[in-house]
Amino acid sequence: MKQLIILSGKGGTGKTSVTAAFAHLAAQSGLAEKIILADADVDAANLELVLLPKLIEQQDFKGGKVAVIDQDTCSACGDCEAVCRFDAIHHADGLYVIDPIACDGCAACVYQCPSESITMHEQIAGKFYFSESRYGPLYHANLFPGQENSGKLVTLVKQRARLQALDENRELVIVDGPPGIGCPVISAVSGASLALIVAEPTVAGVHDMHRVLQTVKHFGVRAVVCINKADIYPAGADEIEAFCRESGIETVGRIPFDLTVATAMVAGEAVTAFRPESASSVAIAEIWEKIIPPLMESK
Amino acid sequence: MRIVVASGKGGTGKTTVATSLALSAGDSVRFMDCDVEAPNAALFLNPTFGTRKEVGILLPVVDETLCTYCGKCAEVCEFHAIAVIGKKTLVFPELCHGCGSCTLVCPEKVISERLDVMGVLESGIAASGIHFSHGVMNVGEPMAVHIIRELKKWDGLGTAASVELGQARGETRRLLDQRSRNDIEIRDSPPGASCPVVETMRGADFILLVTEPTPFGLHDLKQVVGIARELGIPAGVVVNRDGIGDNAVEAYCAEAGIPILLRIPMERRFAEAIASGKPLVDAAPEYREKFQALLEDITAKVAA
Repeated sequence: MKQLIILSGKGGTGKTSVTAAFAHLAAQSGLAEKIILADADVDAANLELVLLPKLIEQQDFKGGKVAVIDQDTCSACGDCEAVCRFDAIHHADGLYVIDPIACDGCAACVYQCPSESITMHEQIAGKFYFSESRYGPLYHANLFPGQENSGKLVTLVKQRARLQALDENRELVIVDGPPGIGCPVISAVSGASLALIVAEPTVAGVHDMHRVLQTVKHFGVRAVVCINKADIYPAGADEIEAFCRESGIETVGRIPFDLTVATAMVAGEAVTAFRPESASSVAIAEIWEKIIPPLMESK
Repeated sequence: MRIVVASGKGGTGKTTVATSLALSAGDSVRFMDCDVEAPNAALFLNPTFGTRKEVGILLPVVDETLCTYCGKCAEVCEFHAIAVIGKKTLVFPELCHGCGSCTLVCPEKVISERLDVMGVLESGIAASGIHFSHGVMNVGEPMAVHIIRELKKWDGLGTAASVELGQARGETRRLLDQRSRNDIEIRDSPPGASCPVVETMRGADFILLVTEPTPFGLHDLKQVVGIARELGIPAGVVVNRDGIGDNAVEAYCAEAGIPILLRIPMERRFAEAIASGKPLVDAAPEYREKFQALLEDITAKVAA
């Protein structure tokens, strides 16, 4: 079983549109019924918006804990505020109050409170979902706005996707990754067989591509790069290809800037299904052909 | 007045809007790029960095010659970042949140702390006198929030822990003095809707939400509106790439009572200019007035 993770560094370069197209292309290929989809961008989960799946199962996701002060026994000594390194405890109108959004859940205040007035409370930080999409099973989630532990939720989504793949002998897990290079990305990269970086030939896109390539390398995962919106700034596209050549990273194609992608999104379809003859669909299909057969054959 | 530019979905134009707003706001603006995982604003504002500071969390260091292996430190750690196994106390830096609880509870007082560097803050002067600062998280580090928190607290003048890089420090100080008179702070937020976004928004007076009129843009806009509401901070919307997609963002804003303060149409020349590293207001100078009006709008809304 192989895991393909789709990443970018910079947001909005087209990760989800490429993932949805890949799901569609898989269903047209020898991998039909052999894939599992996972959306690892749990705080901006968009893959379901294109795949319009049928929800099968949902579960609460318990995130971290937050500290709560019992005002009846609190002596207002201020020791808790003094030890909090997350600026979560504030003194107002004679009371010490914990801001649950700022609380890191470390419980340092609990152990310093002389009147034992602080307790930790588990929080529901989001929802975990399992759905059936037209192209295969989809594992996804929704981290409630502002919550922590997105990495933990990503790990849960990926674990469940992997377990089903192993159970049913499915050969490929396609993971739509989050932007950035932090904890959810690290969770998403772990265990991947290949990372497809969707780069954008803009100064910001190139800058962030370097950072995500370093991150993927740091965790020992092989990466290939495709360039989306390639004709918006050809100099940037050339720069990406030159850099990849020098660094021994394979570039697997250029996708032209194409408003069909947005139209397909509004229609709730993968662009390759919505308009297979469009310039972006043709380019994505070529990228699929270039990376998937060798990936499936590799050890 | 502290304005946060956020979006939910990545790539909707946060940095485009934040940098153009700063360039239209006159001098003595403070700009903070809080997207420490993918910091891009410097590519458009080209600051000359004067000071830098290494930041991170404080990790426990156990003096094993004095440790009695009582296990109290491991007991209080919510993150399982410290463990006592036989006659050995182990610290797992990648799990530690740097809260200091183990140091505080150690009955023998044999835990000290060292700075675990996770990234760097840099500060300097950019075009039109903008006092610029940003944070850059090291590759492989998971926790952006610590760096954002330090960035917000940093005056950019450097402290004992920072390294002076040039002559820009005096100039930075003068600008900071002006800032007390005319203080506009613009924070460029990371994408998403989890803890780094919340840390960026905390303490702000207004949240400017940049979205695109597509189902992805709308879905993620709703997520950040949820955070703004929870924090009790007023918000307004900028619709970027207006004309693509559908009208659902507009309908949602009307229903939710969130004003649309600016629309930027989908024009290929904008996309090309921004791709090459040009701020929108340089590529399309007619937008300078629109951003000035936007700032006045926000100022009036904050005052109300």
